[in-house]
Amino acid sequence: MTEISKISLRNLQKRFGEKVVLNGVDLDIAPGDSMVVIGSSGTGKSVMLKCILGLLRPDGGTIQLDGNDIGTLRQRERNALLRHVGMLFQGGALFDSLPVWENVSFGLLGAGGISRRDAKDHAIETLAKVELDAPTADLYPAELSGGMQKRVGLARAIAASPDIIFFDEPTTGLDPITADVINNLILERVQELGATTLTITHDMASVGKIASRVAMLHDGKIIWSGNASDIDRSDNPYLNQFIHGEAIGPMRPDVSTTMPKETY
Amino acid sequence: MTMLAGIGRSFLSFLAMMGAVSTFAGRAIFHAFAPPIYWRLLGKQLIAVGYFSLPVVGLTALFTGAVLARQIYIGTGRIGAESAVPTIVVFSITRELGPVIASLMVAGRVSAAMAAEIGTMRVSEQIDALQTLATNPFKYLVGPRVLATTLVLPALVLVGDVIGVMGGYFMATEMLGFSGSAYIRNTIDFLEVSDVVSGLVKAAAFGFLIALMGCFHGYRSQGGAQGVGRATTNAVVSSSILILAANYVITELLFAQ
Repeated sequence: MTEISKISLRNLQKRFGEKVVLNGVDLDIAPGDSMVVIGSSGTGKSVMLKCILGLLRPDGGTIQLDGNDIGTLRQRERNALLRHVGMLFQGGALFDSLPVWENVSFGLLGAGGISRRDAKDHAIETLAKVELDAPTADLYPAELSGGMQKRVGLARAIAASPDIIFFDEPTTGLDPITADVINNLILERVQELGATTLTITHDMASVGKIASRVAMLHDGKIIWSGNASDIDRSDNPYLNQFIHGEAIGPMRPDVSTTMPKETY
Repeated sequence: MTMLAGIGRSFLSFLAMMGAVSTFAGRAIFHAFAPPIYWRLLGKQLIAVGYFSLPVVGLTALFTGAVLARQIYIGTGRIGAESAVPTIVVFSITRELGPVIASLMVAGRVSAAMAAEIGTMRVSEQIDALQTLATNPFKYLVGPRVLATTLVLPALVLVGDVIGVMGGYFMATEMLGFSGSAYIRNTIDFLEVSDVVSGLVKAAAFGFLIALMGCFHGYRSQGGAQGVGRATTNAVVSSSILILAANYVITELLFAQ
């Protein structure tokens, strides 16, 4: 299983002070899969994603991307690996000091070997793939609506034709129609690239649309994983409570714990 | 016992902070000089910090020079040494007031702006986004700011020195009855190169501290708008205090016999 996994997590652990957030996460994602990890707010989905991206240092366990253990890579090797990885942030995380086209082509410009003119042309092509027109390229992120920012974020994530893409809550904060448009765009662009994706969300509409595999994170562990088509036939009470959005069940929403943030 | 524990805790957190600042400063210096250098960003910062601080530095220097001439005139008048006004004005401005006042003004402008900008980038995940795009945030954000501010502050202070002396000149010739040519001759004759150079060395050190504090507090900010606000305040307060403390240390190093 490990040999053919594009992304592989083994016994991943992360704690902030006393609070254990990830308590031995095991997850394998095969090439071409669209894995969606679901779970309540505050269960550590984002922390898991940040560990995989190298933004947080895990306390234990291993993370492999394309068979490379990212914990042992040097900065230069990790950057080389990251150039094949795209990431769509929850809030877009667009650089607001740069126009849209420089946001989209940021990775390409950073890698070097491309003129600013070519980078802009490439950005305009990429923007067309997320159904944004050429004049948008010269706007600044603050001039865009939430849905457009998500599109630009998606364009930036796919600009370097990555073979692994991460989506952090791609539809959060959008109206249902715009969310569906974004889901469709994700589906089309990912299929076109043939990329392996890992999405974290709590939006079941998103799950139904883009997932080929689903895993559920609860209490720092993966408590269920399987094909997206099997999700309704599961007898896992946690999963059933979550997908039907019921207040009554084995899970109780966190009311007292606030998640401490990592100090950088 | 609880009081002792409290003192111990604050002392330890002070040491932890010193350690964090030192590490940050080391990384900032390394990434300011190690290639690749983002020339475009460096240029942008040179303009933002240098050019756009000119009005505020010029105005403060002008008023300070004028007030200085008036007060020194009164003071020297008590011992009948009014002719020393030009010499004392230029001495005070080049050695102390030029670098310190210009740097404090720039600290208010620039370290606040840096903390707010980098802090907002932190809380809106833009710094995370930089890293996932294989870009080192130290190289991209911190290095150019620290390098630009360190380079440009001496230039600003030099301009401030000239305008400050000019403020003193206007006060002395318009209000105190000095002759213009005598004032300028006295200013130049007793001015030593070391007066100006020591001021510029201070300016470079203060510039480094201003950018360092702005970037440091911005980089570590957390917790949304409130966190960014706190980072901005901390940046201005800490850079101002560090400027005054560093001024003392550098003065002792350069001039203690």
